[in-house]
Amino acid sequence: MSAVQHISPARRFKDRLAGGLVYLAFAIAVVPLVAVLWMVIQHGVARLDLEFLTHSMRNIGARDAGGGAYHAILGTLEQVALSSLISVPVGLLTAIYLVEYGRGGQLSRAISFFVDVMTGIPSVVSGLFILAFWILALGMPFSGFAGALALSILMMPTVVRSAEEMLRLVPNDLREAAYALGVPKWRTIVKVVLPTAFTGIATGIMLAVARVAGETAPLLLTVFFTDSINEDPFNGPQMGLPLYVFDQAARPTDVAVDRAWAGALTLILIVMLLNLAARFIGWWRSPARNR
Amino acid sequence: MAAIAVFLVVEAVPALRVNKGDFFSEVIWDPNGTQTFGIAALAFGTVISSLLALVMALPVAVGVALFISHYAPRRLAGLLGYVIDLLAAVPSVVYGLWGVVFLVPFITGPWKFLNEYLGWIPLFAGDSVAGRSVLTASVILAVMILPIIAAISREVFLQVPRSHEEAALALGATRWEMIRMAVLPFGRPGVISAAMLGLGRAMGETIAVALVLPATFGISFQILTAQGNSIAANIANGFGEATPIGRGALIASGLVLFAITLVVNIAARLVIARRKEFSGAAA
Repeated sequence: MSAVQHISPARRFKDRLAGGLVYLAFAIAVVPLVAVLWMVIQHGVARLDLEFLTHSMRNIGARDAGGGAYHAILGTLEQVALSSLISVPVGLLTAIYLVEYGRGGQLSRAISFFVDVMTGIPSVVSGLFILAFWILALGMPFSGFAGALALSILMMPTVVRSAEEMLRLVPNDLREAAYALGVPKWRTIVKVVLPTAFTGIATGIMLAVARVAGETAPLLLTVFFTDSINEDPFNGPQMGLPLYVFDQAARPTDVAVDRAWAGALTLILIVMLLNLAARFIGWWRSPARNR
Repeated sequence: MAAIAVFLVVEAVPALRVNKGDFFSEVIWDPNGTQTFGIAALAFGTVISSLLALVMALPVAVGVALFISHYAPRRLAGLLGYVIDLLAAVPSVVYGLWGVVFLVPFITGPWKFLNEYLGWIPLFAGDSVAGRSVLTASVILAVMILPIIAAISREVFLQVPRSHEEAALALGATRWEMIRMAVLPFGRPGVISAAMLGLGRAMGETIAVALVLPATFGISFQILTAQGNSIAANIANGFGEATPIGRGALIASGLVLFAITLVVNIAARLVIARRKEFSGAAA
């Protein structure tokens, strides 16, 4: 562009101004984002030790130092695993229906519209729904499983979306080749389509899990609080890491806030690990495939 | 979807029956004591904090998206894309923690300054200026929805046909003129829908707001003073000590939130759907 002659000063000025604004916007955006990460790492490292990872908060008063998040980490892992168990099969089957069976029909268009809209459901509302349906209407107790149900409502649309996108990327030639060999449709899907799209689907699932692992609000309404270790997600209140951070941050003492930072750091580490795992699967399974 | 609405309604009805105030206009929220509650103050807080967040985040997010898609060197752009995606995955409770511990004390000074010198603008008026104000909550929300809006906008900007851009440049346009004439018009529906999705996300955001706002009730445009609340934050704060009637009331408020976000999301999806027809692209 510098080779172009005779640009009037006003136009050149506007161009520079806009460029400057774009750079400025980027700087403005990066500062708080980096500040968040920096503060979490800085404050979190102080309490992220073996005791934090292996002890619960049982018999530890609000003002006492020490204590840990073992019960919360355990709870988060169990709840997320359960919700994945629920939402991955359902989401995957829905995606397969959308792509392979319901091509462009009324039903499939309605489903994909609702899936789109469901992606935007506030996490509180999904928590409230499980509270209203599972705990109040059916009379079930607060439990890790109820939390998992709420999380799976949030997770399902994400899984459907990403799996659908990946299944659409599978070239039609592969399907037609399988049909030409006389392979029935379901076998084509299981043996040809799914393995081809495996990488992308796994990545999508990992990202959905990472997103769900950080949700606080639905847990608050369905899992409730506890300071003790509860290994059984079907019975009694559990704890979750985001909930732990929220709980500790609301307490007015320094030791509690330190625990909250350490919990936040653990949570970010788990989420980042899942994200990296997703990228790794993508890179490992298909180095040469598209993108 | 329908099930969610149905069960929320069923559980909300008993509370609404005993409500002594008008649910839609009452400002007081006291379902546990006097059994008087209304959504007005909460809905107002939700909408104003989200809109402020959107106003702050949108220009910056579009700038970031333009930077990644049209200004940054290619290799850096790929890396930045990853970073933005990762930041979108940072749990909201972490932002809330950062807001309470760092932003609230830090931002009190600038807010006082705004109040002192721009106090003649009704928005910035008020006596008890504090860090725990609606504007602070909006700043946190803005930081949270920024990566989402930026990520979607970037996707849209990258889809602008190369030939349009090159045609503009060949006619002698500067880079900014090219962006204004070729990139922005093409990307506008995408950016609008990204903004709507961000707005929906901001409205549903619970924990960050619950940690920052002082949970008072009242409708006020003085966004620097220590007051304000939102539907989602109220659910998180009030749930622990709620009586059955209180729970019903909270569920009713959740239903309102559900309805608002549903409208916003559907609007966003319709904008996207219309764009697909216009562009006529196969992707």
